[in-house]
Amino acid sequence: MSAHPTTSPAAPGSLPGALLKNRHVSGWLLASPLGLVLAVFLLLPIAMIAVVSFWGATEFSIYPDFQWDNYAFLLSSPVTYKVFLNTFKYAVLTWIFTLGIGFTVAYFLAFHIRSLTWQIALFLLCTIPFWTSNIIRMISWIPFLGRNGIANSTLMSMGVIDAPLDWLLYSDFSVILAFVHLYTLFMVVPIFNSMMRIDRALIEAAYDAGATGFQTLTNVIIPLCKPGIMIGSIFVVTLVMGDFITVRFMSGSQSANVGRLISNDIALLQYPSAAATAVILLITVLMVIGILLRFVDIRKEL
Amino acid sequence: MDRRPRSFYLLAAFFALFLLFLYGPTFTIAILSFQGPEGGLTFPMRGVSLHWFRDLFEQQAVGDIWGSFGRSFTLGLMVMVTTVIVSVMGGLAFRKRFAGSGVLFYMVVTSLVIPSILVSLGVGLIFSQSGLDVHWATSGFGAQLTWTLPFGLLIMFAVFNRFDKSYEEAARDQGATAWQTIRHVVLPIIAPSLIGVALFGFTLSYDEFARTLLTAGSHNTLPLEIYGMTTNVTTPVIFALGTLTTAFSLAVIGVFLATVWTMNRRRARRGSDAGQGMV
Repeated sequence: MSAHPTTSPAAPGSLPGALLKNRHVSGWLLASPLGLVLAVFLLLPIAMIAVVSFWGATEFSIYPDFQWDNYAFLLSSPVTYKVFLNTFKYAVLTWIFTLGIGFTVAYFLAFHIRSLTWQIALFLLCTIPFWTSNIIRMISWIPFLGRNGIANSTLMSMGVIDAPLDWLLYSDFSVILAFVHLYTLFMVVPIFNSMMRIDRALIEAAYDAGATGFQTLTNVIIPLCKPGIMIGSIFVVTLVMGDFITVRFMSGSQSANVGRLISNDIALLQYPSAAATAVILLITVLMVIGILLRFVDIRKEL
Repeated sequence: MDRRPRSFYLLAAFFALFLLFLYGPTFTIAILSFQGPEGGLTFPMRGVSLHWFRDLFEQQAVGDIWGSFGRSFTLGLMVMVTTVIVSVMGGLAFRKRFAGSGVLFYMVVTSLVIPSILVSLGVGLIFSQSGLDVHWATSGFGAQLTWTLPFGLLIMFAVFNRFDKSYEEAARDQGATAWQTIRHVVLPIIAPSLIGVALFGFTLSYDEFARTLLTAGSHNTLPLEIYGMTTNVTTPVIFALGTLTTAFSLAVIGVFLATVWTMNRRRARRGSDAGQGMV
C-alpha cells in the first residue's frame, strides 16, 4: 500500500512533533503533493495561456509581445459568435437529454432495485462500455448510422422510409447522440449517489400524507436530488463545451464548436490565437459553473 | 414479496433500452471486426475471418500500435500509483480544515472542470517555451494527473465521510502513533476503496486523449495512435483494434474485481470474530 513519508513519527514533545500536531502544518504536508501538481500543471499552464494570448505569431513561430490583436480579431469575427452559439446549443441539448435519461436510470436503480448486490451489478453493467476508448466508441456509431448502416437498412426493410436518411450521420443529430452516449453516465453517478442518501422514511411519509407518486417525485425526490443534478450538470456541460474531437468526428468536420476552433489554431501553430480563444472559453465555462454553483454548496455535498 | 408496481416494468424497459443504446455500437464493431478480407467498414459481412486481427500484428500494416500500447500501459500504471498515493494524502489532509484548504479545494474543482484541451495547450506551451522537450512520461504524465487526481480525491472524500473515527480513537488510546494508526488501522480499512481509485486512475489515463494531445511528444500513446488511425485507415483493422482494446479493458476490470473480492473474503475470514464467540 502507499507509503506515507510525511507523517513519519516524530517523538511527541519534540519540536517537529509539536509542529506535526499543528493541523495547518500537517494538513499542508499531506496536501503538498496535490498542491504541487496542480500548481505546476494547472495554474502555471492557465497563466501561460493568458500570457501567450497577448503574444504575436508569424507563420512559423510565436514571439513575446503585448498586443490585443488576437482578442480584437476574435471578438470582431462573426465566426466566433456563430461557433460559440453552436457550442451552447450542443451543451444545452446534451444537458437536457443526459439529465432526462440519467435521472430516469438513477431513479430506477435507486428506488426500484431493492438489493445492493443487484444495484452494484446493474451499475457495473452500465459502466462496462466506458472501458472502451472514447474514440473507438465514437467511430462505432458509423456502421450504425451511415447511409448503408444498420439504422437505415432496418428502417427501410420495415417500410418506414423509402430512401436512406442522410441526416443520421455527420449532422448535429449524430453529434448530440454521441455526446449523450459518452456522458450520460456522468449524470447517473452523482444523481444516484444523492438518491441513495435520501431517507426512505421521507418517501413513506409523503405517501402516508396522501401524495401521489408524481407529487412525491416533484416535491420530495427532485429537491433532495438537486446536489447530484447540479454536479452531473457541471460535468456534462463542461465536458461538452470543451470537447473538440466528438464534434470533429461525428459532424464529419462540418460543424464547429469552440474546442475545434482552438484545435484548428493549434494545428496551424497559431498558438497566440488559440490561447486567446482558450481564455474566452475558460471565462465562459467558469461563468456557467458559477451560475450552476449558486444552486448548491458543492463543498457541503462532498 | 409484494407485487411490483407498473412503473417498475416501464422503468425496467427504459433501463434495458439504455443498455442497448450503450452496448449496441460496441457490439456492432465487435461483429464487424471479424469481417472477411474483402469486407468493409459497414454491413453486410463479407465472410468471417481473423484477417483484420492478423493485420494488427503486422507492424507495417498499421502504425506503432504495440509501442503506443506499451507506453499507454506504463503511463497508466505511473498515473495509477501516483493518483492513489497523492489522493490518500490529500484525503487525509482534507479531513481537517487547514489554512488555505478552501483555495486548494477550488483548485481541485477547477482542475476537474477545465476543458482538457486548455491543460494540453498550457502544459505544451510551458514546456516548449522553457526549452524542455514534451514527453509522455513528463509533460504527458503531469497533464493527466490534473484529471485523475480530482477524481481520486473525490472518491477519498466519499470514503472518509463514511469512515468511523472511533477505530482511530481506539488505536490512539492504545498508544499508537499517528503513523501507526494510519498504517495499521486507516489504510487496511480503506484498502478496497483504494482499488477503486487505482482503477479510476489507470483507466482515465489509459483513455485520455485531449490532455495528452500536445504533451506526449514524438511518441504516441494508444489513444493518439487510434486518433491517427481514424484519419487514414479505412479498413476494419480499426474495428479489430477496438475489439481488442475493449477485451483488454474487460480483463483489467476483471483482475481488479477479483482482487476486491479476494480481499473481502480474506477480511471476512480473518478480520471479524462475529459469530465465533460464546453463544
